[in-house]
Amino acid sequence: MEPFTTLISRTVVLPATDIDTDQIIPARFLTTTTRAGLGTHLFADWRYDERGAPRPDFVLNRPESAGCRILVAGRNFGCGSSREHAPWALLDHGFRAVVSTGIADIFRNNSLKNGLLPVIVDEATSGWLLEHPGAELSVDLAAGILGLPTGGRVSFPIEAFARHCLLNGVDELGYLLSRSGEIEAYERRA
Amino acid sequence: MAPETPATPAVLYVDLHLIHEVTSPQAFALLRERGVSVRRPELTLATMDHSTPTRTAQIFGGAPIAIESAARQIRELEVNCAQFGVELLGLTSELRGIVHVIGPDLGLTQPGKTIVCGDSHTSTHGAVGALAFGIGTTEVAHVLATQCLLQRKPRTLAVEVEGALQAGVTAKDLILAIIGRLGVAGGTGHVIEYRGAAIRALDMDERMTVCNMSIEAGARAGMIAPDETTYEYLAARPRAPKGAAWERSLAAWRALPTDSGARFDRELRLDAGDLEPMITWGTNPGMVVPISGAIPEQRADAAFARALSYMGFEAGQPIKDQPVNVVFLGSCTNARLSDLRSAAGLLRGRRIARGLTMLVVPGSQQVKRQAEAEGLDRVFIEAGAEWRESGCSMCLGMNGDTVPRGEYAVSTSNRNFEGRQGAGARTLLASPLTAAATAVRGRVTDPRELL
Repeated sequence: MEPFTTLISRTVVLPATDIDTDQIIPARFLTTTTRAGLGTHLFADWRYDERGAPRPDFVLNRPESAGCRILVAGRNFGCGSSREHAPWALLDHGFRAVVSTGIADIFRNNSLKNGLLPVIVDEATSGWLLEHPGAELSVDLAAGILGLPTGGRVSFPIEAFARHCLLNGVDELGYLLSRSGEIEAYERRA
Repeated sequence: MAPETPATPAVLYVDLHLIHEVTSPQAFALLRERGVSVRRPELTLATMDHSTPTRTAQIFGGAPIAIESAARQIRELEVNCAQFGVELLGLTSELRGIVHVIGPDLGLTQPGKTIVCGDSHTSTHGAVGALAFGIGTTEVAHVLATQCLLQRKPRTLAVEVEGALQAGVTAKDLILAIIGRLGVAGGTGHVIEYRGAAIRALDMDERMTVCNMSIEAGARAGMIAPDETTYEYLAARPRAPKGAAWERSLAAWRALPTDSGARFDRELRLDAGDLEPMITWGTNPGMVVPISGAIPEQRADAAFARALSYMGFEAGQPIKDQPVNVVFLGSCTNARLSDLRSAAGLLRGRRIARGLTMLVVPGSQQVKRQAEAEGLDRVFIEAGAEWRESGCSMCLGMNGDTVPRGEYAVSTSNRNFEGRQGAGARTLLASPLTAAATAVRGRVTDPRELL
């Protein structure tokens, strides 16, 4: 996994609350056996009309969204299905961080395993971000600080081991495999 | 295996790992990439349900699987299981079925086990007093390779349900009411324990319906303490422990229930006697009302307005008598034998409304066979419904079974998200009884009027 240290980017804002992973990527695109290319289907039913043409009013289709790597969304982002295709699609599209007042447990977990940073902020910060689409933010993972263009600096929580893995590009599978001696001992006891 | 520290999560050993065709291919690819094998194939069980068709011809009749990419996923699971030595209850196996139906059916789901699967409805298995939760595909690879997962300890939420459910009010109505109270994020970061007299009175199928939808309140896992109902259910199961091993297991299971006086991080109390059949009106399972009620009055809330517009409803509109095009009886929430029995009981001697489509999809091939032995298939077919092979079917619209754009479906499944049952589909979640009553009248119907 590519290390994550700092990120500076403008935001794309999706103010809707409770955006579930079926919206992030509908199930009909899950009959794939690889992780590649899922960005095309990101928010498919919001982004394209029935004939597959881009809906010009959807934020990801607007020119100013190009190159944005931070998604700001309403509370409880990523609820519902455990499909890891959701963070895969967001990453493939170019996002590296999702900011919300709440992020669903399984989605958060899946994101951390793939280098998509879940950033949980307070209501006031979220409110400001939702009202200022395109704001340029800085994310400093080592310090756990989100920097706003107003000069405001907001700290965000992140589990210690996940932060260590993201900062150093450590892969958790390697870590678990390094503990196989202990696992074996546990299996002998059980 | 190892407790958590401030710097590192706990290493949790997994006792049962269930896998299916949709969330496992990339995990096996990771194993190949790293040159590692499956650590405990005998603790791993595979089946196919999500993208697997439910049409008999495509399962048994030699007809090609209509969705080519789904056919590839199915073949890939067959190859992966063969190469890595994992038992597969494959396409034509008489034990195949929805992953959360077959685990308990076989007796592999047992109290005190840690159970994971690349599917959020793994919470279902908590009904026997197991710690069971959904994981992503990277974690599926972790478990395949090491039988372990990195986990932080969750918070605890007690849902205490006193009283007794009235006739015509089911476990599905109870869990919908609970989600309505908690909200779709109310359980985030928590494991729920369902407790109280109304929970104790539920049979195992009903307990599974309740635990199944824990994730719809944001909780990764939901549990019910094992008791005599649990042990009686498990005793006859083919893969439950037998003889002396059964006695040893039973002794261990009896020590599992929560200590009296235990403190939870949060508690919710409700009385089952106050409930009536529940039905969702919106685009998440928390948008739910009693069937005699109405969609809430207009409020200044973008999510509310969006849900109304997607569903084609108006604020304040009664939900009863809403015309319906499709009724789906199936899914890991409500496709066990007792669900089919209760719907068939209401449909016996009646016909579904003209122009309405009803799909009945048993939770497993075993459930299908048992239902056929009782003649339930005849009841459904004579009523005008379609009787299919087991699978996830219309719950998630990725296997050929979908609700057409703009149409209304009353479904016994678990999610009413936009497009969940097919692009543009409008889903109302309800119990098997409500689904059957609605099928008869062609509009949302309180099943108590037909019992």
